[in-house]
Amino acid sequence: MLKITDLHASINGKEILKGINLVVKPGEVHAIMGPNGSGKSTLSAVLTGHPAYEVTRGSVEFYGKDLLALSPEDRSHEGLFLSFQYPVEIPGVSMVNFMRTAVNEQRKYRGLEPLSATDFLKLMREKRAIVELDNKLASRSVNEGFSGGEKKRNEIFQMAMLEPRLSILDETDSGLDIDALRIVAGGVNKLKSEKNATIVITHYQRLLDYIAPDFVHVLYKGRIVKSGGPELALELEERGYDWIKKELGEI
Amino acid sequence: MSAVQQYIDLYHSQQNLIADHSSPVMNALRDEAVALLESRGLPTLKDEEFRRTDIESLYAPDYGLNLGRVNIEINPYEVFRCDVPNLSTLLYFVVNDTFYAQAQPAAGKLPEGVLAGSLCEMAKQYPQLVARYYGRAADMKRDGTVALNTAFAQDGFFLYIPDGVVVEKPIQLVNILRGNVDFMVNRRLLIVVGKGAQAKLLVCDHSDESSVRFLASQVCEIFVDDDAVFDYYDMEESSENTAKVASVFVRQGARSNVLVNGIVLHNGVTRSNYYSTFDGEHAELSLCGMGIVDKEQSVDTYTFIDHAVSHCHSNELFKYVLNDSARGSFCGRILVRHGAQKTEAYQGNKNLCASPQAKMYTKPQLEIYADDVKCSHGATVGQLDQNALFYMRSRGIPEAEARMLLMFAFTNDVIEQVRLDALKDRLRQLVEKRFRGELAKCSGCQACR
Repeated sequence: MLKITDLHASINGKEILKGINLVVKPGEVHAIMGPNGSGKSTLSAVLTGHPAYEVTRGSVEFYGKDLLALSPEDRSHEGLFLSFQYPVEIPGVSMVNFMRTAVNEQRKYRGLEPLSATDFLKLMREKRAIVELDNKLASRSVNEGFSGGEKKRNEIFQMAMLEPRLSILDETDSGLDIDALRIVAGGVNKLKSEKNATIVITHYQRLLDYIAPDFVHVLYKGRIVKSGGPELALELEERGYDWIKKELGEI
Repeated sequence: MSAVQQYIDLYHSQQNLIADHSSPVMNALRDEAVALLESRGLPTLKDEEFRRTDIESLYAPDYGLNLGRVNIEINPYEVFRCDVPNLSTLLYFVVNDTFYAQAQPAAGKLPEGVLAGSLCEMAKQYPQLVARYYGRAADMKRDGTVALNTAFAQDGFFLYIPDGVVVEKPIQLVNILRGNVDFMVNRRLLIVVGKGAQAKLLVCDHSDESSVRFLASQVCEIFVDDDAVFDYYDMEESSENTAKVASVFVRQGARSNVLVNGIVLHNGVTRSNYYSTFDGEHAELSLCGMGIVDKEQSVDTYTFIDHAVSHCHSNELFKYVLNDSARGSFCGRILVRHGAQKTEAYQGNKNLCASPQAKMYTKPQLEIYADDVKCSHGATVGQLDQNALFYMRSRGIPEAEARMLLMFAFTNDVIEQVRLDALKDRLRQLVEKRFRGELAKCSGCQACR
């Protein structure tokens, strides 16, 4: 579904991604790990079309389409979803209004009629349960005054509403206590199917205890320098990143 | 010839015509008003409080005035059909600056003792009552536009709520501008709310769809006696060729509670002045407003809250959204006089410049001469939050829609101040429509035609 080839990207003239190659197939879970500043969040921002980043070389295909030619909203309509590391607070825009607009825009893109108010509220109720999101939060402004855990649960709730084909979870575990982590990871697992795929970006093995990856990649200085199975994550947890730097001949 | 001279000359040549078509109470103030106009003129760009609106150029064109009170052929119900749906109001019309007597609620619809109608006629029928208030709050020395209005105003709207009377139904006044030539109107509103009385007034401004220029001058005096509660909503949905220069003067008695909310949905050039004085202790004022301006439109607001006595509370919030090459200005002065202890005065002015060409000027002015008070002010000018925009787009909300939602959210807390649920709902719809660009013209008149 996703094919990244030799992707280079920069921000304010500074190159962050220096040739990423990655293929993701339906049903797979990929974990991308790496030390701070290696370009993990940049990769997710570039894939979702953040205007601050400039792609200088390479291509990204998503179900055969040139992903990089699409606007952020159309990437979402095509089934790409990013769970933000820092979900944005939007005072004055209610969660209900926000979600209804998002869902109906997606339906419009796919040639479907907008959901009726009743059907929409029913859908909200159903999906809310997946991450145990309180009804009170759903009636508040988007992320405003939400705790760290609530914000992350809200991300997964939105993911459940939009039913993406590919989800990128950017540091979804940061700022979560054990209980919240379990709820969030449980939500992600419930949404997993053979048709969709997940890219989990994380610092730690911890989240991967809950969301089991099929592949683990190490991102370092803008490149994927090592790929392996789940055992690679365990090895990183144990040994840190220095041995990889050593392998690269840097230390 | 300076802009003001043509009005002075007009007055001297048409003095009798003006007086013959008005009432003695209103006529009594004209000579003083013209004398002030002669000695002081109209405000200029050099006057600190008028730096952002060129009043002289607004008054310079050779406008027609209907001093002879010639009937204007109009059916206001036709021009203005949908008003505020689901909001049942007692509806009155002022066409240009003449009260439209043919269309008004039956007398029995008002509680006993309440007077609502033509200011000119009421001033003839109840000269003592009207004279007690007319011109008493609107200080002609404030600026030339008030003096000019006083010199020429012949009619308008009068509302009197006797002591202790509660008018449950909102009262709505629709001002309609219509003309075949460039036209100036001088409207006058006088509102008296007696001790312990309660009422709500919604004033809507509409302009007929035509290519002529309008200048609407309006002076509104509001007297709210002890323990009374009064809401004043002013909503402008005029046209790009309309200039409006309006002053609202509020006098508040002890323990009274007043809400003033000025909303500019669509306009050309609007200058609004709000003057408010606390005459009695423990009174509360909520003064707020919002404006959505784009293209070449301009909105300029000046507020002056006079905490003349102690223990009063004022809360001020104005928000503007500016797009394209629109201009906005807000100057908010709060004066806490010597001895006005335990005053609470809060002011906020927040502005959103949605395009790089839009400009907003904001100036909070707090003058405090008492030492046991709580006062604050905050002024911000910002752009749309780029992170929020991207967040929404990443969820599939198209950029234009996301911008609209953010701008709508921005104005929401001014709409929240409205104490009439039906009007609140209607406002939300109107604001949303406005942001969607569907309100190129005034929807109240056009959409239902």
